[in-house]
Amino acid sequence: MAAFVRNQWYVAAYGREIGRELFARTVLGEALVFYRTEAGEVVALADRCVHRRYPLSESRLDGDNVVCGYHGFTYDKAGTCVFVPGQARIPRTARVPSYPVVEQDSFVWVWIGDRDKAETTPIPRAPWLDDPGYTTVSGMEPLAARYELLVDNLLDLSHETYLHGGYIGTPEVANTPITTEVDEDNRVIYVSRHMADAACPPFYSKSTGIEGRITRWQDIEYHPPCLYLLHSRIAPVGLLPNDDGSDPDAFHVEVVYAITPETEHSTHDFWAVARDFALEDQGVSDFLAENNRTVVMQDVTALDILEKIIEAEPEGYQELSVNIDTGGLAARRILKRMAVPSEKLQSEKPIDTETPVKVSS
Amino acid sequence: MSERVAMLRGDTVYRIHWELGTDVLIGVCHCGAEHESEDPVELWEWLLAHPEGHTTPAVEPVRREPVAAGVR
Repeated sequence: MAAFVRNQWYVAAYGREIGRELFARTVLGEALVFYRTEAGEVVALADRCVHRRYPLSESRLDGDNVVCGYHGFTYDKAGTCVFVPGQARIPRTARVPSYPVVEQDSFVWVWIGDRDKAETTPIPRAPWLDDPGYTTVSGMEPLAARYELLVDNLLDLSHETYLHGGYIGTPEVANTPITTEVDEDNRVIYVSRHMADAACPPFYSKSTGIEGRITRWQDIEYHPPCLYLLHSRIAPVGLLPNDDGSDPDAFHVEVVYAITPETEHSTHDFWAVARDFALEDQGVSDFLAENNRTVVMQDVTALDILEKIIEAEPEGYQELSVNIDTGGLAARRILKRMAVPSEKLQSEKPIDTETPVKVSS
Repeated sequence: MSERVAMLRGDTVYRIHWELGTDVLIGVCHCGAEHESEDPVELWEWLLAHPEGHTTPAVEPVRREPVAAGVR
């Protein structure tokens, strides 16, 4: 299993989770506290007072400053201590680390790693989540398993038929050939299942008005380590996108996962489902939210079991990989490379770990 | 075999096609070389060994499907 991939942006929260209350969340083993300034800017600081390591998340806000709930050490939004109780001198080392933060596509992204690399590392996009042309339902489930297990799970959709039978699995999904692509330079893994002629699940015929059989595409686009996109496209049989990429006559569901390690053995499993049809239909929203949450929880249950098994087993267990694992194997390899500090890679070919991911916009 | 899908446009894209109705995986390197295998681990090793063991055949170009809306 790969180690943490540092020097990357990770989804720490939905923007709606962060307000004028102090909010604790651990990312890559680092305990963080988040809040919004009075002007609405999101701040991320280490969640430990420098004095006696009391969690700042158990403290209170005074304007834009955090006042430690134990002895009153006070920090500004950059983490600099501006008040020490009972004395005038503020020790030079009295500051808590602050973390670069960007709000984008409804997420709060936090940078974990060397601060000077943050600006030159683009954040992958999930624009549908913040697009008025789409309606989105979303949530987050805690996973008591290492993040690599979730990556493995999401890169192979053939498990839908078995683990999620009756929900999203249909016979065509398990029987459709897949093409796996890896863009080495841009570090993107893409797994395509294009069903040219498939039955239309009742949910889609009802919500889209399509009658008869459909062309159904399921395209995974994984930007390791954090962002996973599943482009689901449904159209009457034979209808393809235009040459310029526009696709006005098809229906799209964009399923987005943000896979954020909490600790070595636990993961924040953010999920969102955006659609470009039946935008005002609350029944469709309720169905998609309930359905996807059920699917996520089925995965969570299975992966929590797997984590316990892996933790208890002796080293060196030999897994068996078959054709359905082609994408998962590609993801593991790239994650493993990304987890290695760049200086250790210099003697290796062929990937430049410092090449920023090209970001779609 | 069925028509090949190609969605990514980069200069260094490795592809593995799983041929319909068979156990065979077909690896296609960005240099154009192809290799068949029934083991994805072995096939990735072959692809990533580029250019070692890669001889570019006179291949017919893959059919590129238009990219769906919202896809890079």
